[in-house]
Amino acid sequence: MAAESPTTPAVRLRVPEPLPQAFKLMGYQLREYLRSRRFIALIAIIATIGALITAVVAYYHDSVALHSLLTDNQAFYGSFWAGGAGVVIVLAAVFFGGDAIAGEFQNKTGYFLMGLPLRRASVYIGKFLAAFVASVAMLLLYLAIILGNGVYYLGTNALPWELGASLVLAIVYLSAVLGATFLFSSLFKTSAYGFVLTAILFLFGFTILQELIEGLVRIQPWMVISYASSAVGGVFGTGVNWGLNGTSAGGIFWTAGIAEAVLIMLGYLVVTAAVGLWRFEHEEFT
Amino acid sequence: MAPVVEMRGLTKQFGRFTALDNLNLRLDGGKCVGFLGPNGAGKTTTLKLLTDMIFPTAGECFINGISVQDRRREALSDAGVLIESPEIYPSLTPNEALGMVADLRGVAPADRAGRIRTVLAEVKMTEWADQKVGRFSKGMKQRINIASALVHDPEVVILDEPSTGLDPRGMAEVRSIVRDLKKSRRLIFMSSHILSEVVDVCDEVALVNKGKLLFYDTLENVTTRFAADGHASVDVSLARPVDLGPVSQKVAGLSGVRSCTPLDAKRLRVQFDGGAENQERLLEALVGLRIGVIGMTESESALEEVYLSQVSRGD
Ligand SMILES: Nc1ncnc2c1ncn2[C@@H]1O[C@H](COP(=O)(O)OP(=O)(O)OP(=O)(O)O)[C@@H](O)[C@H]1O
Ligand SMILES: [Mg+2]
Repeated sequence: MAAESPTTPAVRLRVPEPLPQAFKLMGYQLREYLRSRRFIALIAIIATIGALITAVVAYYHDSVALHSLLTDNQAFYGSFWAGGAGVVIVLAAVFFGGDAIAGEFQNKTGYFLMGLPLRRASVYIGKFLAAFVASVAMLLLYLAIILGNGVYYLGTNALPWELGASLVLAIVYLSAVLGATFLFSSLFKTSAYGFVLTAILFLFGFTILQELIEGLVRIQPWMVISYASSAVGGVFGTGVNWGLNGTSAGGIFWTAGIAEAVLIMLGYLVVTAAVGLWRFEHEEFT
Repeated sequence: MAPVVEMRGLTKQFGRFTALDNLNLRLDGGKCVGFLGPNGAGKTTTLKLLTDMIFPTAGECFINGISVQDRRREALSDAGVLIESPEIYPSLTPNEALGMVADLRGVAPADRAGRIRTVLAEVKMTEWADQKVGRFSKGMKQRINIASALVHDPEVVILDEPSTGLDPRGMAEVRSIVRDLKKSRRLIFMSSHILSEVVDVCDEVALVNKGKLLFYDTLENVTTRFAADGHASVDVSLARPVDLGPVSQKVAGLSGVRSCTPLDAKRLRVQFDGGAENQERLLEALVGLRIGVIGMTESESALEEVYLSQVSRGD
């Protein structure tokens, strides 16, 4: 028995500030993610999607339909990158954020954290940042696969600046999706709800809602995030609207301005993060 | 400054059910306070309120004078906490999990590795330091949980049934750890169902039942107060199982006997007016009943007597 005698000097302690604590927690959470089966599974899924795209493009690259895509970098990234990025973002959010908060209750790991001198906000933010970093890594993996194809077919045209802009927009979109995922995860103490709700809403729920609003209510669907997230692909091509106002075709089908889209997505992030955080602050570990 | 834990008017309702009713308790100085009470009495509820895991319906708690409800981060910085056998992120090793606790608690880098080594040795988990916690048995996890509560050498240690899931040696080790903590003037507030453990390491006991504090006093006072009450209690063993219903009725009818409760098929607990003469007469009377009495011993411990009598009073 390594006894602490009364003469043992006290351990020097200085509890870090809440924000540094959040970053430390993020680090350990990331380590947990990197070792999880989920992480491997998601890499496998993205690699499979990438491999399929690569194979299909390689096989049909002479076809008329693909020929225009493979010679025009705007069209190439507009379809292969922007099309897949939205799915990768939702998958990553579900994998890393779906049970981030609910899991703390369900797996009882939260009882370990709550014994520590942490604000609940530090836990929420630390976990959010970890999920964000892990998800960005997944997005970059997907980008790398698409970029590999781009370099092969487009050569020196493989790096239009719009791709950079699109990546930034995708990351903003990711943060909004994660904000909502964390909100769902903090609303229910059972993990499954967070997974299901995020997947349903972001894979097709919001798109359907947007179409209903456009088609039936006939107003600009600025309140629906799928309207804003279309900016990820919207930056490619000519005559892009970079402004704060959306445009419509015949008053029905709307396209968001890029700046407008960013504002909407950040709005989603701020509102969902605030509500989710408030909820977690008031949640009991019974 | 001596460590202090204080609960003021602490009340917790779950819906319409009152799990804790106006608890006022001040624990002051380096010592071990045992927190006793039957299942559902409100012990875990109290300790969770004390660590801001749940929120009081009324009242407030303080650790070293800092309000837990207002400033959990500051209040818990002096405390080591183990409540409800939590789970550690399964892919972390004990070294990493304790490293995380040390980092989040701000243990000075110079002390960090040494402290982790010390607490791992204290809970006898040194050889498992680099294995993933996810594969550990329940008792091994509990050992790591105990280590996490101690890694920063806290002034106040709050433990909810720390011996849960531990083997007999593990329980002995917990006692030894608590004794060492007392030597270095720590305040330990520990719930437990193991009365022998409480008698062994605690200086004071608080008893709750149905959300109410029944008493808080030194162990000595509690047991002598009971003796002063004048009655004593013995366990009577029988040679063979008998139908204890009628038997206990007969025994309860003997003069000087206050109560008689069957413990199991071959054992009775008899409370009677204390004193050697009374005990002599009781034994003679019991033998006279011809129920196969083969032994009579004093009940397990004085604390248990107090516990049982106080708790049953509320029924
Ligand atoms: N989340 C909850 N919702 C409703 N009732 C609860 C909740 N948590 C605890 N209770 C009730 O509060 C009472 C006190 O429970 P608590 O866990 O504090 O008891 P305890 O003294 O720790 O018991 P044990 O010795 O079994 O651990 C119990 O009756 C329990 O049913
Ligand atoms: Mg309990």
